Amino acid sequence: MILMAAQRIALGCLLLVAASILIFAGTQILPGDVAQSILGRSATPESLASLREELGLNKPAVQRYLDWLLAFLSGDLGTALSNGKDIGESVAGRLGNTLFLAGWAAALSVPLAIFLGLLSVRYQDRTPDRMISGLSLASISLPEFFIGYLLIYFLAVKLQWFPSVATLNADMPLGEKLRTIALPVMVLTMVVLAHMMRMTRAAILNVMQSAYIETAELKGLTPFNVIRKHAFPNAIAPIVNVVMINLAYLVVGVVVVEVIFVYPGMGQYMVDHVSKRDVPVVQACGTIFAAVYIGLNLVADLVSIISNPRLRHPK
Amino acid sequence: MSDTLLEVRNLRIDGTVRPPGEKPKDINIVEGVSLTLAPGRVMGLIGESGAGKSTVGLSTLRYGRGGLRLSGEIWLNGRNIQTISPGQLRDLRGREVTYVSQSAAASFNPSIRLMDQVIEATILHKIMSKSEAQKRAVELFGALSLPEPESIGSRYPHQVSGGQLQRVMTAMALCPKPDLIVFDEPTTALDVTTQIDVLAAIKTAIKHTGVAALYITHDLAVVAQVSDEILVLRHGNMVEHGTVQQIIEAPKEGYTRALVSAHSIPHEEQAATDSPVLRLEDITASYEGRIQVLTDVTAEIHPGQTLAVVGESGSGKSTLARVVTGLLPPDKGRVLFDDQPLPPALADRSLEQLRELQMIYQMADVAMNPRQTVATIIGRPLEMYFGIRGAEKRRRVIELLDQIEMGESFIDRYPAELSGGQKQRVCIARSLAAKPRMIICDEVTSALDPLVANGILKLLLNLQTEEGVAYMFITHDLATVEAISDSIAVMYQGRLVRYGPKTEVLTPPFDDYTDLLLSSVPELRLGWLEGVVQNRKMESAGF
Repeated sequence: MILMAAQRIALGCLLLVAASILIFAGTQILPGDVAQSILGRSATPESLASLREELGLNKPAVQRYLDWLLAFLSGDLGTALSNGKDIGESVAGRLGNTLFLAGWAAALSVPLAIFLGLLSVRYQDRTPDRMISGLSLASISLPEFFIGYLLIYFLAVKLQWFPSVATLNADMPLGEKLRTIALPVMVLTMVVLAHMMRMTRAAILNVMQSAYIETAELKGLTPFNVIRKHAFPNAIAPIVNVVMINLAYLVVGVVVVEVIFVYPGMGQYMVDHVSKRDVPVVQACGTIFAAVYIGLNLVADLVSIISNPRLRHPK
Repeated sequence: MSDTLLEVRNLRIDGTVRPPGEKPKDINIVEGVSLTLAPGRVMGLIGESGAGKSTVGLSTLRYGRGGLRLSGEIWLNGRNIQTISPGQLRDLRGREVTYVSQSAAASFNPSIRLMDQVIEATILHKIMSKSEAQKRAVELFGALSLPEPESIGSRYPHQVSGGQLQRVMTAMALCPKPDLIVFDEPTTALDVTTQIDVLAAIKTAIKHTGVAALYITHDLAVVAQVSDEILVLRHGNMVEHGTVQQIIEAPKEGYTRALVSAHSIPHEEQAATDSPVLRLEDITASYEGRIQVLTDVTAEIHPGQTLAVVGESGSGKSTLARVVTGLLPPDKGRVLFDDQPLPPALADRSLEQLRELQMIYQMADVAMNPRQTVATIIGRPLEMYFGIRGAEKRRRVIELLDQIEMGESFIDRYPAELSGGQKQRVCIARSLAAKPRMIICDEVTSALDPLVANGILKLLLNLQTEEGVAYMFITHDLATVEAISDSIAVMYQGRLVRYGPKTEVLTPPFDDYTDLLLSSVPELRLGWLEGVVQNRKMESAGF
C-alpha cells in the first residue's frame, strides 16, 4: 500500500513538472514578447534589444525555464512587468482570499451534497429523490452569472440581507467577512452541488446492488442505516474523486463569480494580467492552479487507496 | 407455548418481468406452498433451479428479491407476519429469523471486520451487550471449528477462505439466538472436501442450539444429512413432503424418484488399446513463467474412451485443457496426437489438427454468440472445416440436431430461446460437427440441475459409442466420474496423485488425498455424514 501511495505521489510531482513545462512553453509561443509589450509604441530596435538583454530574454529557452523553476521552488515568483511589484506578495493575499471563498463554499456544499445524495438513495425514484434531482439539475443548468445576478437582485437589492459587492478587507471580523462572501458562496455551492450529489447517488446505488446490502436488510437495519453503515463506506472512493474535482473547480474556475461580485481573488488577478500580457504573473498563477488541481486529485487517489480494505489489510 | 414455530399457508409469490422493448408482464413464481415447522426441526427444501426454493425460504423473513410480491399467510411465533408493520418486521429480521446465503464471500461487507458484522444484529436488537455478544461469537467460532476463534473476528472478509467465511456466516446467523435459520445453499459453492467440514459444522451447531432451520439445496444427498424432513419443489409447486427416510427410501412421486436415482448411469470400463489418441508427456506449465500450475503431468487417452480429470478448484484441471488446446504452451513436455507431436501454440497448428480436437465448456450460454441461430452456430464448423454450404449444410445440421435428441424444430432458434440443458446440447452438436477424434469437456454438467446433467451424460456416452470419439472429461464431481470414465487422473496442486483405469483408481488402498476426496462425496444415505466425521476423528486420533 505504501508503495502504491509513494508511486502516486511521485507521479503527481512528475505531472506538476510536465504542467509547468507546458505553461512555460505556452507563454513562449504567444506572438510578440514581453519587451515588445512593455515598450509598446515607443519600441525601437535598439531599445527592444537592450530591454531583452536586461530581462534575460536572449538566453536559450531551456536555460530560462530552469532559472524560473529554481527561483519558483525557492519562493521567488519574480516581478510583475506591468507594475514592478513582487508577484509573491500579490499572489499571497489573492490566494488567501480565493481559498477562503472556496473553503467556505466547500464546507457548505460537500456535506450538503453527500446528505442529499444519501437522501435520494433512501427515497429512490420517489418524490424526495425527484425533487432533489430536479432542483440540482436546474441549478447546474443555469449559467453561474445568471444565478449570481438573480441572487444579487433578490437578496442584496430587494431584501438587502447581504452586500452585492464582496470586497474583503484583512481587518474585518470573521462574521463580517462571512456576510460579505455569502452571495458568492451561495452561487458556487449551487454550481458544484448537483455534480457531487448525483455522483454520490450513483456510487451508492451501485453498491446497493451488492449481496451484503441484502444481508444488512435481513438483519433488520433501518433503510437509512443500511445506506449509512454498509453502502456509504464502500462508495467513498468514487465520491471523494468527484468531491476533489469540484474542490479544484472552486479554486481554479471561479473567475466569473469573482468578476460578478468584484471579489479580490486569484482568478481575477490572473485574467487582469493576461490582458496586460504580463507573462511572469500568468506563469506563476498557472503553475499554482496546476499544483492545486494535481494536489487535490492526488488526495483523491490516496483516499481511494486507503479506503480499500484489501490494500489496507493485505492477506 | 405451541408446538408450531412456522406455518406457511397457501403461499403465492408473483413477480414482474420487464423484457426490453415489451410491456411488463406478471409471472407466477410460487403457487400454493404450505408447510409447518416445529421448534428445533430442520426441513430441507429441494428442487432444481427455478423451483422457487430460495424465494420460499426468504418469504419467512417477508423478503422478496427484486420486488417480488408475497401473498398467503406466514405465521411465525403465533402471528401472521404478512400483516405486521415495517418496524415490527425489522424487529423480526435478525432476531427471530436469520439467513445464511450461498455466497458468503459476497454477503459480507468488505470494509467491516468480521466480528462487527457477526454481532451486528445481536446488538441492534439489544439481545446482549457488546462484550457478551463478542464472547458468544468467539464460542460459536470455536464450535464451528474455525481456526483461531479468539482472533479470527478481527480479520476482514478477504483475509479468510471461502469455506471459513461460510462458517463465519453461520456463526453470524446463530449469534442472536434466533428461532429459525434459513440456509440457502450454504455449501454449493464450496469444494467437496471443504463442503463436508462446513456441513458437519452446521449440523453440530443446529443440534447444540436447538434452532429450527429451512435448508435449501439442489443436492439431495446433502439435504439428507442435515434435515429431519424434506419438501420437494418443482416449478414453484409442492411435489412431495415427507420424512428424510421416506423420501430417499420410498419416494411416492415420479419426480422425486427421478431425483433419488439421478446418479446411477451404468458404464462398463473399457480396456486400453495399443495406440492412444492423445498422449501428454511430462507437461510442466506456468502462467507468465512465474506461477507454476502443472508439474510433470503424464497421461494418455485411448480412442473412443474417456479420461476423467478430477480435482478441487485450483488443482490445475482447466490449465491442463489449455495446454492440450494450445492456449497455454507448456514450459516443458510434449503433447502427442496420434503419436505425432502437436505444435505447442495454437497459432502454429493446422486446420486439420484444430478440427480433430474440439472443446465443450461449462457455461454454454457464454460459449455461443447470442445473435446467431442454432443453424448458424452448428453450421459454422461444417463450413469452416469441410466447406459444406447451403441446403447440404442445413441437412447436416438437422442430422446433428437429431443426434443430440432435439430435432429440426430448434434449428431457427436463438440461444436465449433454449433451456440450460438444450444450450449445452447445441454446444455438443457444434463440436461433433467437426467430426473430431477427441473432445475436451470442461465441467460441462456443473452448471446444470442433476436430472438435466444426467441427460447430458447419457447423450455423451451414446455419442461416444456411435462416433468413437474420445473425451477428456474435466470435473470436480466424483459421482459423474464414476458414471462416464474409463480411466481417471486425480490432480492435486498441479500434480497427478493417482492415475489409471477406473476400477484401479477407485479401489483401495488409496493415497491420502484420493481417500479424502472420495470419502467427502455426499452419499444418499442416512448417517453418512456422522460416519465419515467419526472415521476421520478416529484416524486423526491414531486408530
